[in-house]
Amino acid sequence: MEKNTIPFNGTKEQEEKLKSVIAEHKGQEGAVIPVLHKAQEIYGYLPIEVQEMISEGLDVPLAEIYGIVTFYTQFSINPKGKYQIGICLGTACYVKGSGDILEKVKEILGIDVGECTPDGLFSIDATRCIGACGLAPVMTINDDVYGRLVVDDVADIIKKYQQ
Amino acid sequence: MDMFRGHILCCGGTGCTSSGCDAIIKEMEVQLAANGLEKEFKIVKTGCFGLCALGPVMIIYPEGAFYSRVTTEDVKEIVEEHLLKGRVVKRLLYAETVEEDTIKSLNEVDFYKKQLRVALRNCGVINPEDIEEYIGVDGYQALGKVLTEMSREEVIDIIKKSGLRGRGGGGFPTGMKWEFTYKAQGDQKYVACNADEGDPGAFMDRSILEGDPHSVIEAMAIAGYAVGANQGYIYIRAEYPIAVKRLGIAIAQAREYGLLGKNIFDSGFDFDLEIRLGAGAFVCGEETALITSIEGKRGEPRPRPPFPAVKGLWGKPTLLNNVETYANITQIILNGAEWFQSIGTEKSKGTKVFALGGKINNTGLVEIPMGTTLREIVEDIGGGIPNGKKFKAAQTGGPSGGCIPAHLMDTPIDYDSLIQIGSMMGSGGLIVMDEDNCMVDIAKFFLEFTVDESCGKCTPCRVGTKRLYELLEKITSGNGTMEDLDKMEELCYSIKSTALCGLGQTAPNPVLSTLRYFRDEYEAHVRDKVCPAGVCKKLVKYTIVADKCKGCSACARKCPVGAISGEIKSPYTIDTEKCVKCGVCMDTCKFGAIERK
Repeated sequence: MEKNTIPFNGTKEQEEKLKSVIAEHKGQEGAVIPVLHKAQEIYGYLPIEVQEMISEGLDVPLAEIYGIVTFYTQFSINPKGKYQIGICLGTACYVKGSGDILEKVKEILGIDVGECTPDGLFSIDATRCIGACGLAPVMTINDDVYGRLVVDDVADIIKKYQQ
Repeated sequence: MDMFRGHILCCGGTGCTSSGCDAIIKEMEVQLAANGLEKEFKIVKTGCFGLCALGPVMIIYPEGAFYSRVTTEDVKEIVEEHLLKGRVVKRLLYAETVEEDTIKSLNEVDFYKKQLRVALRNCGVINPEDIEEYIGVDGYQALGKVLTEMSREEVIDIIKKSGLRGRGGGGFPTGMKWEFTYKAQGDQKYVACNADEGDPGAFMDRSILEGDPHSVIEAMAIAGYAVGANQGYIYIRAEYPIAVKRLGIAIAQAREYGLLGKNIFDSGFDFDLEIRLGAGAFVCGEETALITSIEGKRGEPRPRPPFPAVKGLWGKPTLLNNVETYANITQIILNGAEWFQSIGTEKSKGTKVFALGGKINNTGLVEIPMGTTLREIVEDIGGGIPNGKKFKAAQTGGPSGGCIPAHLMDTPIDYDSLIQIGSMMGSGGLIVMDEDNCMVDIAKFFLEFTVDESCGKCTPCRVGTKRLYELLEKITSGNGTMEDLDKMEELCYSIKSTALCGLGQTAPNPVLSTLRYFRDEYEAHVRDKVCPAGVCKKLVKYTIVADKCKGCSACARKCPVGAISGEIKSPYTIDTEKCVKCGVCMDTCKFGAIERK
């Protein structure tokens, strides 16, 4: 997983926030996952530098933290784009053609799933069912949901965010 | 208390939120205020109504007018016409509820007629963010009854007698699970709730938590009392932000009312709950993996026994049930075991919630008595297949289940009959497929899912599912042999019998069931190198039907690789060697002259 080319540039503020989260959870049973969730909220992703801080703070070996981060798909080692595109590949969306939607998005942006465009604007995730099966096939961009899509809609939707 | 002349119930479930219900509620507030009606009508944001395909939906009482696919522009009209002048806006009503001059009750339309709502009883009826509304529909009465009138043994007994079985998929008798945990020795015990609904295409548990979170909280407290635990954990997917938020609100309110915490109902019983977020790992739906994940580790399963009832969270006896199972508990306590037993079939009691999706008109959430047939669900409740297509199969049980073909549509749905026909109940995803879906491709889709989600701990699952996937890949790209089919079947059975946990043991089911009922499709891929549904790209061939082609050259101009040639006004042809099968020609042709086979 050495796709991460953007150097880590966490701020002092973020570090303070993370430290207070760690202090809050220290000593609690099963604290690692809740702390990782919060850390990802703070930084947007979980680069090795952040994992090191958590490892030290909670007194858990870095290898164990890394093992947990890479096990769960919610946790990302790579930075995400300003606009995170999620294409639902749940069964209901899949049988209604979300696979083609995903291909189109990849083609337009020239990146693969899990990657981020060089300008940092877009990243693509193939998500599991987001539960909007009534709107299948569904694509999300940050908090916006686009449902009942056809392949031809994709370019126009992405264009809206490029401006 | 304020009195209102009418109530406006707006669905605030994930489906309707995705279609923009928040903007509609806001507009409704604006319009009510503009017309001076804000003190006469109350807006209630409820959980899921079930008819997600029609979202955003709202229902206005006392008339019971059911408006569907409402837009913000429509709101003004609804307020000015309906609320102000008493004239229901007919054009926005759900067509099935309109009868000449009256409105039919929602319970009488086909979608709801055959349903029986037990677990979903309050979804779409109450405001899930207000504990008073839950109490208003007999909420926390069951907990009160249990704590003040019943012994722990009596509680377990009534659950056992009811015949309730686990709704997460396995179907293990719930009462027995409670009894095992009750009997287990330990100074500390836990109850946990599995809300890690990972099946792609299933959203029953989410809807319950979004629409009626207190029913789960109350049931967990009852379970805690019965088995002797005073701490509970709800393990929920982080992908369900609305459910997490409402659950958090509900827990805080229950604490404030003294329904969680110390000395509940002055009975000396203490119980509290904590939410733990999942982080996107399907295997964490397996009970031992879920427990390891709550403990803050990689969610890998471990061999059973010991079962969680003996050795669960932090090595202590733990009762783990699914959301929907819990949602049934208070009703059993209040209405009695006999009432629950009277619903369903001999061995499967009660109701089951299904998330109906895929190629079906009424996508949404349905709750039916056990024993209802698949045909009733698809044709009567689901309203059939869109665009006049033919039903091909229904998939139940997600990646652990199988595909049910058309000739078995009259099978009554319960735990045992589904297993008999090679599928399983699963947590309740029900995806309908029509003739445009390729069954080999569907099997491949599920295998891709399991390969991705396999935790990697045991070899049969880690390596076996990957090999199975590769065989399917080989077949869908036209390189399969007849021996591959036999090899696949053999591999399926060895994975089934040797994998460590439920994920691996059931992973081959999608392959086995499609091989069993749609072998001809596999054979077509292998022998004739054809994908009958036209899905598998590598096997698809585009041709121009000479009779229909007008020779307009539109397709030739659009073809990105210049594979189409011909002379104006006479039929064109496609060079299959050059064709990259992108399908642009087919989308371009106005005369339907291009065929995909």
